[in-house]
Amino acid sequence: MPAIDVLKARQTQVFKKGQGEFEMDCNRKSLSGAVSQRACVFCGSRVVLYPVADAVHLVHGPIGCAAYTWDIRGSLSSGPELHRLSFSTDLREQDIIHGAEKKMEKSVRDLVAKYQPAAVFVYATCIVGIIGDDVDAVCKKLHRELELPVIPVHSEGFKGTKRDGYRAACDALFKLIGTAEPEKPEPISINIMGEFNLAGEAWIIKNYYEKMGIKVVSVFTGDGRVAEIKQAHRAALNVVQCSGSMLGLAQMMKEKYGTPFIRVSFFGIEDTSNALYDVASFFKKDEIYKRTQELVKSEVAEIYPLLKEYRKKLKGKRAAVYVGGAFKAFSLILALRSIGIDVVLAGSQTGTKEDYEILKDMCDDGTILVDDSNPIELSRFALETRADIFIGGVKERPMAMKLGIGFCDHNHERKIALAGFEGMMNFAKEVHDTICSPVWNYYRKKAWYE
Amino acid sequence: MSKAVTQNSCSYCTPLGASLAFKGIENAITMLHGSQGCATYMRRFLISHFREPIDIASSSFTEETAIFGGGANLHLGLDNLISQYHPELIAVASTCLSETIGDDMNLHIKDYVARKKGESIPFIVPVSTPSYQGSHIEGFYLAVVALVQAFAKGESNPSGPVNVFPGMVSCEDLRYLKEVLKEFDLSYVMVPDYSETLEGGNWEEHHPIPPGGTPIQVLKHTGTARASIEFGQVISDKQSAAKYLAQKHGVTSARIPLPIGIRCTDIFYQTLEEISGKSIPFSLRKNRGRLVDAYGDAHKYVFGKRAVVYGEDDFVLSIASFLLEIGMQLSVCGGSGKGEGFEEKMMQLVNDNHAEVPIIYEGSDFKEIEMAAMEKGADVFIGNSKGYSISRSFDIPLVRVGFPIHDRIGGQRILHLGYKGTLNLLDLITNELIRTKQSLSSVGYSYI
Ligand code: SF4
Ligand code: SF4
Repeated sequence: MPAIDVLKARQTQVFKKGQGEFEMDCNRKSLSGAVSQRACVFCGSRVVLYPVADAVHLVHGPIGCAAYTWDIRGSLSSGPELHRLSFSTDLREQDIIHGAEKKMEKSVRDLVAKYQPAAVFVYATCIVGIIGDDVDAVCKKLHRELELPVIPVHSEGFKGTKRDGYRAACDALFKLIGTAEPEKPEPISINIMGEFNLAGEAWIIKNYYEKMGIKVVSVFTGDGRVAEIKQAHRAALNVVQCSGSMLGLAQMMKEKYGTPFIRVSFFGIEDTSNALYDVASFFKKDEIYKRTQELVKSEVAEIYPLLKEYRKKLKGKRAAVYVGGAFKAFSLILALRSIGIDVVLAGSQTGTKEDYEILKDMCDDGTILVDDSNPIELSRFALETRADIFIGGVKERPMAMKLGIGFCDHNHERKIALAGFEGMMNFAKEVHDTICSPVWNYYRKKAWYE
Repeated sequence: MSKAVTQNSCSYCTPLGASLAFKGIENAITMLHGSQGCATYMRRFLISHFREPIDIASSSFTEETAIFGGGANLHLGLDNLISQYHPELIAVASTCLSETIGDDMNLHIKDYVARKKGESIPFIVPVSTPSYQGSHIEGFYLAVVALVQAFAKGESNPSGPVNVFPGMVSCEDLRYLKEVLKEFDLSYVMVPDYSETLEGGNWEEHHPIPPGGTPIQVLKHTGTARASIEFGQVISDKQSAAKYLAQKHGVTSARIPLPIGIRCTDIFYQTLEEISGKSIPFSLRKNRGRLVDAYGDAHKYVFGKRAVVYGEDDFVLSIASFLLEIGMQLSVCGGSGKGEGFEEKMMQLVNDNHAEVPIIYEGSDFKEIEMAAMEKGADVFIGNSKGYSISRSFDIPLVRVGFPIHDRIGGQRILHLGYKGTLNLLDLITNELIRTKQSLSSVGYSYI
């Protein structure tokens, strides 16, 4: 064990590579009293469904859950922007006592009349799970009467972890899939899953596939539209990014519609290239493969010299990586390596046992691995490993910066596209600008008055 | 049933306000009794404003907890907090979830303390903050009341300090208030004081609990204080720490408006004059003169301009009063509080000033504010950054003040209070109006 006092019950969730055999004890509920960086089931559902831009997202519960998630993510839409509004039934004491089915029903009716959405998602949050509203029944009735999908999302925060929220969201999407048929199905077509169009990333990726001659039926759920989701079962292949959020949906689609899936990542040159080649190989068409080769070649040729420059400047710098899903951590490690940076601390909020095995294999000896960590641990490890930059979510930012460790936001709230080849350039630039900023010099040295 | 659906809420949950207030006590940490999500979201929300490390723990309810009660989780959570943070105070705020299942938090805490008899454990202060009963500002006040209830000792004493309950103001406001109190030669107890914990310097090493805040030892003196000053006109008696101390410890209370604008600040300084027996110091008088002079400089740019003001009730009331002092017109006033009395106070202010009646909302949301602004017209929005999307769609400026400010840095450093703070607000508002005028003009005036 690393030499810091980790909470006793957490000792099985922290591990130092190179110190004996070990199995990460992950996917546990957060521990009471620990300041976890995790959110809740609802958060998981929101993350996945939220980018569907022509649906109304009604959060059924007291105000907090909706208020804190209002427009927090940079998921872009090329058309409607209903997802950027925050709708809540804002339950008050009377609703808690007498039940809030009527209020929820009226809210849906009002919102549908006002915004004419293509669907409504009703998120049942903690309190709804307690007061016993029959959300399913009300949604069913509304679905019938309003003649549009009104889909309940069971995302009571206390009934599991963020992963359960992903599952609830996948269930909701699954209900939509297969409810409409395309005019003419395309044999060479894919769905992109687990891509939320942060800072326009889905557009970057879609563009690559289209250049390769592959039709993208629907993106789950970046720049998402209900009509496209309904037809998603007609795509020939599901391309799944990020281990946590949408693998479940891909599995369900495989079972029901026989749609095969592959897992990819769009972060970094290596992973992006693989993501394109894997899809090209799937369709077994020479011209597609050739176009892919050309695309990758020209994209890499464009950014390679620049990356080399960054690599020179960043060689030997150290990074700490703590992100939502472990799959993202894998890509980050590769991407960081490609610009000369060593990863000295790696972890995730929601990784699985298999994920941590892979992570362990990828990392160098001495790298510290953590699952569902907290600020005390993260900051101590970051200092101990003398990280130059911390890559994580918005909640880790102040902790790192207080200590004079640079920070790069790699979470759902970032506003810079990091996917694909151009994303790699943005990433390298951001990492470089952060690490090379002169401000950190003032953090470490004592001032004259001390 | 009034409105069924709330769109883009102006108010946040009760435990958020409580968590913020508890940040103003030295070596304290807050645990929310409920599910993990609430605590994480609130942390994120606060961190995006203050850009400082803010830890809020959770007792992490599971399905079993929801059925069998939160006792075991609460105890485990307390154990873990103690071993990881070594706090002097653990504040436990309830959430909708623990309240809805009827979990008896106080009893669990009593059990815990009994179980730990003989061991040295931190103080544990519970506060009941279901969100379906209030909003963040009510949670803030309730936390302050819980603190004085827990720690105030003794009887009011003419040589005691003065209690200051500033309410939800910025770190810079708190620092400025302390300077003012010093100018009056007053010793004080400020509850809360998060000016250091939420805006400190850089660190050499990690501090589980950021340094700063009012020490618990000092909190005890709230009972022997000579007087209490509490900012707020719509604080109910139940939420008033000043009222509590008056009743239980005989401390005279002055419940006065948040000192923004000349009139409200005059009241504050006169109150300090009375309490300290010292006349208003020269430096503050000078500030007042400077402010009056600046009112003159600004008057042509601001006269008749229509303002949409929103935020916590007391904040809106004092800003509105200030805007009327400089001849601006109130178009919409949206209070975020879920209590009562805001509309009445607002109407009184408007009538006293013979001003045009604005559209007034209690417990408002941004959709309502937008519709009202459309109806009444607006030249400037004044409030937190959450009004940005409307100000953008209207293409009129937003002057970012109050809490939260999520799209700029430095929200914690905005000075709102006193003559000096008012001067700052005056500059911000006037310059925004000038900027608009300048950029709309085809001439490109370089003198305005
Ligand atoms: S359950 Fe209550 S306390 Fe928790 S986030 Fe929702 S409104 Fe706030
Ligand atoms: S834990 Fe429950 S109440 Fe809190 S944010 Fe999540 S769903 Fe909402």
